[in-house]
Amino acid sequence: MIQIKHVKKKFNNIEVLKDISLNIDDGEIFGIIGQSGAGKSTLLRCINGLESYDSGTILVDDQEVNIRDKKNLRNLQKRMGMIFQSFNLLERLDVYQNVALPLKFWNIKTNTKETQKKIMNLIRLVGLEDKLHAKPRELSGGQKQRVAIARALVLDPEFLLCDEATSALDPEITKEILALLQRINKELGITIIVVTHQMEVVKQICQKVAFLSDGRMLAAGSPEHLFVWPKETEIRNFLREESDKLPTSGVNIKLFFFGEGNHKPIVTQMARELGKDFNICWAKLEDFREDVYGSLVLNFDEKDLEDVCSFLDKNNVTWEVIE
Amino acid sequence: MSGILSTTGMNEVIFTAFNQTLYMVFWSTVLSVIIGFFPAIVLTLTAPDGLKPNKPVYETLSFIINVFRSFPFVILLVILIPFTRMLVGKAIGTTASIVPLTVSAIPYIARVFETALRETNHGVIEAAKSFGASNLQILLRVYVKESVPRMLNGIILLVISLIGYSAMAGTVGGGGIGDIAIRYGYQQYKTEYLITCSIILIIFVQAVQMLGNFMYKKIS
Repeated sequence: MIQIKHVKKKFNNIEVLKDISLNIDDGEIFGIIGQSGAGKSTLLRCINGLESYDSGTILVDDQEVNIRDKKNLRNLQKRMGMIFQSFNLLERLDVYQNVALPLKFWNIKTNTKETQKKIMNLIRLVGLEDKLHAKPRELSGGQKQRVAIARALVLDPEFLLCDEATSALDPEITKEILALLQRINKELGITIIVVTHQMEVVKQICQKVAFLSDGRMLAAGSPEHLFVWPKETEIRNFLREESDKLPTSGVNIKLFFFGEGNHKPIVTQMARELGKDFNICWAKLEDFREDVYGSLVLNFDEKDLEDVCSFLDKNNVTWEVIE
Repeated sequence: MSGILSTTGMNEVIFTAFNQTLYMVFWSTVLSVIIGFFPAIVLTLTAPDGLKPNKPVYETLSFIINVFRSFPFVILLVILIPFTRMLVGKAIGTTASIVPLTVSAIPYIARVFETALRETNHGVIEAAKSFGASNLQILLRVYVKESVPRMLNGIILLVISLIGYSAMAGTVGGGGIGDIAIRYGYQQYKTEYLITCSIILIIFVQAVQMLGNFMYKKIS
């Protein structure tokens, strides 16, 4: 388990992390999402000691991440594999050698049968057994990230830190990489921490998510609760939903459908029962891992508001008026 | 007969000179690469983006290198005469000329290697750090390993400019192709020497560059 307690950090007098506290449980896929410059990468880099923090504590189980305690930090880093947006493979090493590199940093012999088998298994896990001796420049972005993933796993880490790992990849490849991460989480039981600005990453794989904005953690919880009906303006702005395309006259009401509500024909029922006219202005269905969540914006005449609200409440539909 | 004899004479003269050029260029390259590697490493480590940033050390070393680089080679040749005499016992001759050639090449290669090393992708260094690599491991397994092709390119540039400088080294009795071109071709109006020497130098430089490009492709 990783515990982050009241962590603060400044870069040249600019606060980039403002009192961040969160817990990451073992076996989770935890997302840290926010706009660029929100401090999420810095937070991730603090977790494995690539960056120091000014105050607060970060604990990995009972070990404190302390950049000054070099020996302890090294041992912690061994327990945390990391992958990056720009893959960061060594250009002059082939796939096999890149995967084997971290072992060399730990003076683990790479020519023993056992180690060779381990490296090969990892390369097979990421599906690159036919590219064993290819150099990074011969690989596509997705393949490079697969090499980086195998490399990050070679020291048998308990945690895998992903710093915008899919941001440089196209949507199709992103999906493949995310599926691979999910598999690693399930099959190897590795806790995965994903820093990203891509909603689809969070939606597809994260069980829990923290939203960072301007160095502050605004909310944390399950992605469906954080993002289907966000209360914080920053999160709404981030999701860039229901923007200015909505009608300016009348009232706009947003309805939310969590799981169950999806199956009821609420909208047509309402039209028939109340005998009112309204416009459907905006609608969206979202997948969160296996579940589908929907939201819908309707536009009414001001005078109908009361009737509509009581109808929605009666039917247990979550709703809100958009100002 | 006399025509053939004089041509044979030219061939011999030029053959000897070519060997002298090879000798001077080879040894000054080897020595300067070995010696210049160390300041390059120190510069890379202490640079603002290095593993152990240290402004005073970086600036001082950088300044010294600039001072040596700003000496015109002809001046260096003369200034170094006492030093050369101390080192090889005499100040004139092919071996003696290796000293000023090497001294002028060290700061050059230090700079070239520094640039090559510092061009290493910062993300790769970061990745190595994230796996718990020590600074020494990062230096050898990442910086140096990744920079070898770029350093090789630098060495090729150095060899080619040393070929040029070795002609000047002829003025302290170093001999070599350039020396023959000047003494026979220019001062004695023997155009065939001038032309032959020039052609040999052109072929030599081309060959070095081609070999360099080939090796670069092979290792990168």
